Order: sequence, then structure tokens, then C-alpha cells
Amino acid sequence: MTDKIFTKQEWIEALKGLQDTYRILVPVKDGDFHSFKSLEEGKEPDFNYLNSRLSPKSLVFPQSERMFEYSLDEKDPDVNILKESQKDYSPQAIVGIRPCDAHAFQIVKLNFDNPEYRDPYWVQRFESTTLVGLGCNEPGSTCFCTETGGGPFSEKGLDVMLYDLGERFLVKGLTEKGEEFLNKAKGGSPADDAALKDAETLKGSASDKIVSEVHTDKLREKVVKDLFNAPFWEDVAFSCINCGTCTFLCPTCWCFDIQDEVLGKEGDRIRNWDSCMFPLFTLHGSGHNPRDKKFQRVRQRFMHKLKYYDDKYHNGIQCSGCGRCVRYCPANIDIRQVAELMNNF
Amino acid sequence: MLAYTEKIRETASRLLKENKVDVFIGYKKGTVPMMNEPVLISDPEKADILYWDSNCGLNLCNYLTKRTDRIGILANGCNSRNIVTHIIENQIKRDQLYIVGIPCTGMIDRRAVMRAVNNKEILDVKEDGDQFTVKGKDFEETFDTKNFLQSNCASCSHRNPVEYDEMIAEPVEEQTGVEPYKDVEEIEQMSSEEKHDFFVRMISKCIRCYACRNVCPLCYCPTCFVDESKPQWVGKSTDTIDTMTFHFLRAYHCAGRCTDCGACERACPMDIPVRQFTKKLNKDVQELFSWEAGLSLDQRPPLDVYRPDDYNDFIR
Repeated sequence: MTDKIFTKQEWIEALKGLQDTYRILVPVKDGDFHSFKSLEEGKEPDFNYLNSRLSPKSLVFPQSERMFEYSLDEKDPDVNILKESQKDYSPQAIVGIRPCDAHAFQIVKLNFDNPEYRDPYWVQRFESTTLVGLGCNEPGSTCFCTETGGGPFSEKGLDVMLYDLGERFLVKGLTEKGEEFLNKAKGGSPADDAALKDAETLKGSASDKIVSEVHTDKLREKVVKDLFNAPFWEDVAFSCINCGTCTFLCPTCWCFDIQDEVLGKEGDRIRNWDSCMFPLFTLHGSGHNPRDKKFQRVRQRFMHKLKYYDDKYHNGIQCSGCGRCVRYCPANIDIRQVAELMNNF
Repeated sequence: MLAYTEKIRETASRLLKENKVDVFIGYKKGTVPMMNEPVLISDPEKADILYWDSNCGLNLCNYLTKRTDRIGILANGCNSRNIVTHIIENQIKRDQLYIVGIPCTGMIDRRAVMRAVNNKEILDVKEDGDQFTVKGKDFEETFDTKNFLQSNCASCSHRNPVEYDEMIAEPVEEQTGVEPYKDVEEIEQMSSEEKHDFFVRMISKCIRCYACRNVCPLCYCPTCFVDESKPQWVGKSTDTIDTMTFHFLRAYHCAGRCTDCGACERACPMDIPVRQFTKKLNKDVQELFSWEAGLSLDQRPPLDVYRPDDYNDFIR
């Protein structure tokens, strides 16, 4: 596998050169926070960031995605026939993605791509995406990737890893997809021993900087019903306003709703992100709602992430420890505390 | 305002012990800097969890809707005005409530603080009198609180509660000569096209999480119009028109009821200044009806009364 060194300027030039082959998505400062944007939008990437406000999941799983189009015009020979919408699955690379968010794609993949079920849109877009990670020299205070099976330099789910060595990036190819990306990147020079050593040092010290402790080790052995009926859910849920911030910012929340939207005689079938925090999420056609109460919805979110997912897939928890929900929950509900409550119950 | 904490704990504990209330709603210290979490306690022994500083920006009135028990609740100026509105609108009864009044000097705008330290990660914030000190990995800075207030607090003219059963401290001096509507006036000067572009740009980051709506005590409809499904009124995608419909209609529903508590703006995970919508309506209602929401239990908001002798022809 390739190990190369680029000065930061050389790296940006290399990315610009790769635009012929890939849609290059990079973190860009957008007001007070960072968003992943296409390089061609003319903004300079900013790799000196903690993480993007919204997770990059939307680059593979857009918030709103048109699946089918149809005509309701009786004169149209194709009336009422669903036609698959044109999609762009040309290669893209998410450059500067944090290891937690790359790990999150692996967590989500079990849901979208498994022997029972294969989501054609997610899978095709994921397969056309190269993930070029940026290791975290300075993880944030709400980060807990080391507690979820990842780490500030975890290579899980990544095709390439960047090590920020100050003036330069050490660029390591990790998969075939990553090698292909690096082979097309112009410039750079073979990595010297000093750079490789520096990278190892960075990697070693970064994990120690994760200060959030989240224990989930006893969750697997817990009986679902015991946790479900635990007495703390009303307390946990009290301050929750049932908005979609946690689920929409989360890199591992995958739920969606399918809607038809019609204008005149033309219709679209669209899928939109949905959130288990919303009462409408489980509202039945009959009018019955099995999760009518706020605490039931809050319980669902934490039980799904911390218990049901592992029970079903035996893959750890459905959380990569990015800390977004901790930081941005308007009511300050903290998954780290809820995990402790559940683990110690 | 930090000094209120002890008094709040004593009061809550006393009210619960004397069985004057079944539960007490206040805040506990948050797990991240500049965030405190609304909390409900029913055990006087748990009163020590209660906390107060300049980061209690969510509106506690939001947690009262349709409760049936006897509730002790903290209320500063805007929260008390929302409680009054709640009582008028039959969401809670006055005699269920024991309102513990907080003279408020304003809440800190955490985004402004983050900006002031170049969005470097803040690990600790300590308040001391009129100042607060922000610490990060390699920096420490002290700021005057008055320069970092949420903009609704900076221009607030109702810092003391309007309705209460007891006060936690002596009332603070009300601010005079504030100009809350300067930004609204700027938008009013724009042409229709400019306004349209301004609002489209403003909401372009909206992810339809509804935090602004859900954090608002005014939004208690059993089913919000955006959640109506039989028939559905508004599209669910991130289409600009649907998103704009949501924001505009929500604002109109708040006309004459909004106290400009700022919770919506504080809650928005995408930093959208959603008060731009509600403030315009507050200004209109003030100009047209000399009305500010929630100041009296005896008067209904102007947009929910009908009078046969109304001076407008169209409504008679």
C-alpha cells in the first residue's frame, strides 16, 4: 500500500486534479460550522476542524431523495407507471471525513446491505464513494469513539487515511479503492521514516485524549424487557422536546419515510429522513400510535442504538461516538449518561 | 445570577416538603459548557440537583402543557409571560401553579462566545458576577456578560416576572430605551424580491428537525399542521417552498403570543436566526394593537378575540 507525503498545498492541488475523476467533497467553513461541499463550489477546504455539524451521511443517503417519477395524465400512454428517477452514481470522494463518521457507514451498512435486504440507492452510492479519512490529533471533549470500537485514527471503513503532521499530510492507502484514488493523485513524495514515526506518535497519543468514558460492556447480557421497563425512562425523557436534532445530525440514524408528492399531473415518489422522535413516525393508518408518549420515543432511540442493534447484528452499539447529539441536543440529553444508566441497571 | 441557585434549592425543597406542590420544574447543570437541562423533581432530597446561571435559555413553560398535578416552576420575565399565555389559553390552571419568580439579567449567547474564541473548543465556563471566564485547551478569556447576551435578552424590557407567588430575589432594574426591532426594520426596507431572497438564504440550512417549534411553549397543537397526514398539508422534503411554508405558518401561529424568549433560536442546530420571523409579527402586533404578549391574565391576545363592535369592517 502507498504511503506518501504531501505538503498541505500540494494536497489541495492534487485534489483539484482529481476532480476530473471524482466529485471531491471537503469540509468547508460555512458560517460558524463546517459542511462537506464540493471543491468545485470554489471554496477552500478547511481541514483544521473538529468535525462537521451535520454528519456526512447525507452524501450517501440524502435527506430527500427522489426514487420514482410518474404521470397522472390519462392521455399519457405511461399513465400511473412508476419510472425510476435518473441518478448520479459517478465516483465521489469524501476527503477529510473523521474516522467516527467512516466507522458509522460500516454500522449503517449492516442495515442497508445485508443478505435479507439490499437498498439499491444507498449501496450504489456507497460503492461509488471513496472515504479519505483525517485522523484526529485533538479529539473533542464530547468524542467517545474509543468506547464504540473505533478511535481517533481508526481505519475502520476508510480507504485512505491522512495524518496531519503540521505542514504536511502523510497519506496512507488502506484499500484497493484507496490505492486507485492515490494512484490518480498527482504530486507528493514517498513517505520518509521520520514522517511514519511522527504518524505513529500522533496515533498513540490521540487515544489518550479521549476523556469521555461510556461503558456498554454489560448491555449485551441484559434482558430486553428489563431495560424496556426500567424506571428511568420518564426521567431521561423529561427535558426532551422530541425534535429531530439528534437523529438528523447522527451519522448512524438511517430511518426514512416514503412520500408521494404531486404537482398538477406529475408525481414524484420521494424518500425523506424520518425520526423516531416524531409522533408521526409510528402513527398507524387506524389512528393508533404505539409510541404515543414522549418517553416511549426517547426510549426507542436509546434502546435501538444501545441494545436492539447489537442484539440483532452482534456488531456492538449503533453509535460511533462522534458526540454530535451530545453537543447539539437543545435540551442537553446526553447519550453518555443514558448508556451508563442502562449499563448499570 | 449564580447566587440564585442556593435560594432555588431551598425554595423547591420547602415547597415539596410542605406539600404545596407535587413536582418542581427547574434546571440542572448541563453536561457540556453553556447548556443546562430542564429537570423535574418530586423528592425534596433531590433539590440539590437544581441549578441556575446565565445558560438557562430553554423556556420551562414548555413543560407545563396539560399537566394535571400541582407544579412549582421557576419563571423569569419571558417564561412568566408564557405561563400567563398558557393560562389564558387553557393549557394549565393558575391554581395548579406555584410560580417562583426569577429576576433575570439575561442569558448568554453561547454561539457568540464560541465565535469570540474563534470556535475553538470550550471546555469550561465559569460565571463570576457580571463576568464569565471561558477556558479551552490552550486559552482562557474573561468576558463581560452584558456584551454576550442573547440578542432577545439584550433588548428585553420585561426581565422581572409578571406573575409569581414568591420572588427568589429583589426585582432587577428594567432596561429602558432598548431598540428590539432594528433588524426587522432593515428587512422591512427591502423590496419583495430582496425579502424573498433573504428568507430563502436564511432557511437554506434548515433540516426540518422542528427543534424551533418543539422548544416553543406556544406550539402545543395536538397535531401540528406540518404533521397532518389525512390529508397532508405540507411536503416533507427539504424543498424550499415546503420549508418556507413551515417557518412562515409557524410564525403566524405565534402572532400576538410570542414573548421573544429566544428558545427557538437557541435550539436550532443549524444556527438559523428563526426569530426574524416571529419578531416581525411581534412588532406588527405592538404597532397595530399596542399589545405585548403575556403581561396580564385578564386580557386575551388580540388575534384570538372577536368583538361585534370591532373597528375593522371585514370581520363584522
